[in-house]
Amino acid sequence: MSMASLRLGYVPLTDAAPLIIAQELGFAAEEGLALKLIRLQSWAQSRDLLGLGGIDAAHMLVPLPIAQSLGLGPAYPPFDLVMVLSVGGQAICVSTALAQAMRGKGHGFGFGDPLAARAALAAVAPDSLRVGVPFPFSTQAELVRRWLDGNALAAGLSIHTVPPPQMADALASGEVDAFCVGEPWASYAVERGAGALVLAGRAIWASPPEKGLVLTRDFAEGRPEETGRLMRAVWRACRWLDRAENRATAAEILSRPEYLNLPTELSERGLMDRLHVSATGEVREYPGFVRFHAGAANFPWRSLAALLARRIARLHGLDEVRAMQVAMGCFRTDLYRHHLRTAGADLPGASVRIEGGMVHPTAVASEKGQMILGPDAFFDGETFEPPFALR
Amino acid sequence: MARLSIIVIERDRARALRIVDGLSASGDHAITVISEPTGLARRIAEQSPDIVLIDVADPSRDVLEELALISGPMERPVAMFVDRSDEQLTRAAIESGVSAYVVDGLHPDRIKPILDAAIARFHLFQKMRAELAATRAALEERKIIDRAKAILMKARGIDEEAAYALLRKTAMDQNRRMADIAQQLVMAAGLLT
Repeated sequence: MSMASLRLGYVPLTDAAPLIIAQELGFAAEEGLALKLIRLQSWAQSRDLLGLGGIDAAHMLVPLPIAQSLGLGPAYPPFDLVMVLSVGGQAICVSTALAQAMRGKGHGFGFGDPLAARAALAAVAPDSLRVGVPFPFSTQAELVRRWLDGNALAAGLSIHTVPPPQMADALASGEVDAFCVGEPWASYAVERGAGALVLAGRAIWASPPEKGLVLTRDFAEGRPEETGRLMRAVWRACRWLDRAENRATAAEILSRPEYLNLPTELSERGLMDRLHVSATGEVREYPGFVRFHAGAANFPWRSLAALLARRIARLHGLDEVRAMQVAMGCFRTDLYRHHLRTAGADLPGASVRIEGGMVHPTAVASEKGQMILGPDAFFDGETFEPPFALR
Repeated sequence: MARLSIIVIERDRARALRIVDGLSASGDHAITVISEPTGLARRIAEQSPDIVLIDVADPSRDVLEELALISGPMERPVAMFVDRSDEQLTRAAIESGVSAYVVDGLHPDRIKPILDAAIARFHLFQKMRAELAATRAALEERKIIDRAKAILMKARGIDEEAAYALLRKTAMDQNRRMADIAQQLVMAAGLLT
């Protein structure tokens, strides 16, 4: 097997781990790949480089290729999401002033109760609540909207894009009152004394897909050999990352100057399920805070594409059914099945599921017999099924 | 070329100065340099510049994405400059839509033509949109005139040609546009029924 070189774009976040580990621990080399990892500074840059051929694949916010498919971005060739890289890993952080007021009302900062956190916030929040998210099309935006939908806070809610490394400053300077971001940037804000953590993303939605591996359709279909090698290497890295004993090593590698360039202690918090909710070191254990593999986390369920597309369509005045249909087409369950079967991935019988249906881990039919899906319930009890199925 | 209002987003002071020099050499523009990401969206909205220049690798680009979504794509051209001059990437970017890539400030002579291209493209899109809006307005006017004709035909028992002639004569007598007369008639008829 000849060594092929691929250029991969990533934005410095804990959940870039699958790409970094694939390269650093030799999963890529096993597949005959040399990954050139390119650190990017914004999601727009990632999208543009992928669209213009500056990189071959990207670590990307799951809703971003969906927005592209709906025409909400520059006219680039179509993007496909071939696998999910991570589930969860987000945290909601409020400003120090709001945190103090919430404490004054007796809130205990439990990190896992969306209703209690929302009620405590509503009691002290300004009429117009400004919340930062990393990008207009992000799982964070979906989580914040869902959390506040139907509550008094929703009326005055405005969502603002703030690049993750700038979240702490935006909170400290009063530009936003709260934010939702992926680790380690929530912990970074806590450490800087800018705010306190109120909620894990998974408390709002037990299984929120966060990042995906995204390629242009031209590449994914035109270069199947390299696509398959890349997917298998990254998939094995994801499996490695979900063994608890490897998480400390992962934190050490990720924190290196060429990747996150932050103290290891910061990325360890999210990876080891031990978050500091305030600068005084109050620790909250949140088992499974971020998942890279377990519970069929990597499978690009087409129902997830439909669910995220529905919200985007509503916000941008697009036809919902058509948007769901288009978005489902860019989640490539077919390529996932084709390329990962040989790596030993268990594959579900269906490519669409009822989202939000499981409160507990549940066994479903798969090629190898049964696979266990993690809980995926929404805190508001919604269940969602796309109005049509695509295999 | 008309005087342009330009915002340059650049943290590095020396680099910002080089870019400003390059832009100034190409004409008398109103140039504002923003070096702090704080309040970026607000400041841009306040100034409503003709063009925004930002490093392709600047994290604040995502804030501009949000602005573009709010104001509608193509409301404001966003240009970007890159460190390494990659001609192919530059060209592809300009052709593809929202953003144009402008080569690094070290070559101020190269900023101008690409800036021109970005703005020309912006005006082209604006022109297309204006034409589309004009076509749509014309269609709307025709619909209103048709409705006004129908009202006249029914109310006065005249044929279509006579109804049209009556509308035209009223418009000429009052020195107003036929569509305006028709609009008033339709509104008045709506009130009377």
